[in-house]
Amino acid sequence: MASLMEMTYREALHKSMVEEMDKNGDVFLMGEDIGRYEGTFKVTRGLFSKYSHRRVIDTPITEAGFAGIATGAAMAGLRPIVEFMTMSFSILALDQIINHTAKVHYMTNGEVKCPIVFRGPGGAAKQLSAQHSHSMEGWYAHVPGLKVVCPATPSDVYGMLKTAVADDNPVILYENPGLYALKGMVPDDPNYSIPFGKAQILREGKDISLIGYSRMTHINLAVAELLEKDGIHAEVVDVRSLLPLDTETIYASVRKTHRAVVVYEDWRSGGFGAEIAARIGEDCFDDLDAPVGRVGGLNVPMPYSRTLELQCIPDEKDVIAAVRKLG
Amino acid sequence: MGGYTAFSVVAPESQSSTRFFTSIITLEEVPVAKQAEKKNTESPAELEQYYRDMLFIRHFEEKCNLAYRQGKAGGYMHVYIGMEALAVGWLSSIKKGYDNVITAYRDHAHALLLGTNPVAVMAEVMGRKAGTAGGKGGSMHIYDPKNGFYGGWGIVGGHIPLGAGLAFASRYRGDNKVTLNFLGDGAANQGVVYETLNMAALYDLPCIFIIENNEFAMGTRLEYHAADTELWKRAIPFGIKGERIDGMDVLQMRKDAQRIVDWVRKEGKPYLVEVMTYRFAGHGAADNDRQLYRTREEEEENLKRDPINRLERILIERNVANEEKLEAIEAEILDMVEKIYAEADASPHPDVEEVYDNIYSDMTPEKGH
Repeated sequence: MASLMEMTYREALHKSMVEEMDKNGDVFLMGEDIGRYEGTFKVTRGLFSKYSHRRVIDTPITEAGFAGIATGAAMAGLRPIVEFMTMSFSILALDQIINHTAKVHYMTNGEVKCPIVFRGPGGAAKQLSAQHSHSMEGWYAHVPGLKVVCPATPSDVYGMLKTAVADDNPVILYENPGLYALKGMVPDDPNYSIPFGKAQILREGKDISLIGYSRMTHINLAVAELLEKDGIHAEVVDVRSLLPLDTETIYASVRKTHRAVVVYEDWRSGGFGAEIAARIGEDCFDDLDAPVGRVGGLNVPMPYSRTLELQCIPDEKDVIAAVRKLG
Repeated sequence: MGGYTAFSVVAPESQSSTRFFTSIITLEEVPVAKQAEKKNTESPAELEQYYRDMLFIRHFEEKCNLAYRQGKAGGYMHVYIGMEALAVGWLSSIKKGYDNVITAYRDHAHALLLGTNPVAVMAEVMGRKAGTAGGKGGSMHIYDPKNGFYGGWGIVGGHIPLGAGLAFASRYRGDNKVTLNFLGDGAANQGVVYETLNMAALYDLPCIFIIENNEFAMGTRLEYHAADTELWKRAIPFGIKGERIDGMDVLQMRKDAQRIVDWVRKEGKPYLVEVMTYRFAGHGAADNDRQLYRTREEEEENLKRDPINRLERILIERNVANEEKLEAIEAEILDMVEKIYAEADASPHPDVEEVYDNIYSDMTPEKGH
């Protein structure tokens, strides 16, 4: 049994990458300001001096170009980890990721693999406003050929980054800027990994299922705590992996509690939470005592004003309101 | 004269076009290059092989056009007719199966020259299970990674960073591979191409960017799509060596290609080449409006530069072949292409169950509508 160490989400991610780079010389890092500047969110601190410019590659500010070069390198058998400074900037690389990266294995009839990880922070940070606050995970989870994971805890990001690097398919590892400083216990085991397609129950309850991923999982945990005081026992389902999606665990929870609220930071309309809600409605209709509730980000560009920004991002009170609405 | 006759224009003299070559050719002279040019260094066997390769591509492409007209091929299909000397020159200058090649959607010739099974190429054009992508790619997406061919890509300019990525892997591993990264003159305007040129120079990637300048970005003539029509100059801001060369003379193409491939392999740096060529056919099989962007007279004038007719004259001049032999070679190739077509056409369509295959290496997407 590996011992546990307390560390932040950022440190867990860093440790995981270091261990993977030490294990396999084909693993390298690429991204804007990740080397000499040690990363905008400092996830890659110290790695340039440890691995040199050969394996920690500072790129020009050209997202499409470096996403494509990393994809070509993956086609040749290397295992790049590409950092987007924010997932909002990955919009410039969508043609590469969707039209190219996601199609390599398919269009070569399975002959060429594309083991690449795209990672970075997505969603709102603090007052970064309309162009730097996008939640992109639902866009990527829409695309066959990609895998998309959204770890919420230090131990999960530690294990899921390892799984992503070992995966022979393109993986989007979605972080949230609000999670980097979050502390948690992480196994001290270089071979630790978290399989994709497995949701986890972070808190058991019998009255309602609160379903979310990434930072929203922590909102759900806080809400469960608050509801407990009113005698409502909420179960918190951390989806973790959007593609593949573990409907089994989600459905099992709904079948137990008969009520569900899905919480996601992305725009409410058409975000990935809507997909989860639709599936529960399709497959668990007879088990539900109420319509599936949904809490998403407001359908507006992210405003700069902190007052307005906080209005847009789902919080405990929004989730509690949705729970109350189910009756 | 024997050989290729599908286009009716007879060229009395070789008309090497001079209109593109009035100014400097190389950004930086490569001294070794010029001396060998005057000598006839090709062996008779080599000359015959270039002829066979070009003629094979031409007839294969004619057959693809037929497949399209007969409804056996659908979607978008772009043939290489008129441009054969270019691919033959370059692909006979690399280590086949070792070096990397990547191109856009006018991709049949590159695959065939790298040694891809022609039946698999034709079957892919026809969307059959025996195709290089199991019938899931079609004409635009031919792949043969075992022979170093990485596609076959449909978004204009989109594959250029992928090609640089293949070269990046060579740089990373320290192997000695060269990557040929083909693009069209239309693609030369895409932003991601410049992002890639910058990084290729920044990271010293052993990658040759080969602009197949056939003078048209689909239906838009070079001077209407490029602010400066000398596309080779686009290497200059990145400090990449660049030049414009003729792609209609297979022997000159071969020499230039070998010189550049050798330089890149030795120096481990990128290179940009603009190769002047002309497609005799439309942009794609569905292009029935060539008269909207070029005249019949212009086409006839360019047919005089037909690389196949040009090589025929050289073969006869150098006593490598006489007309009977050329006719015999053509008959042999026609027969071969006929058999390829028949075999591909007799092969089965994919099974419906295969629709979920090869999207991931280790899982299938959720099934059902």
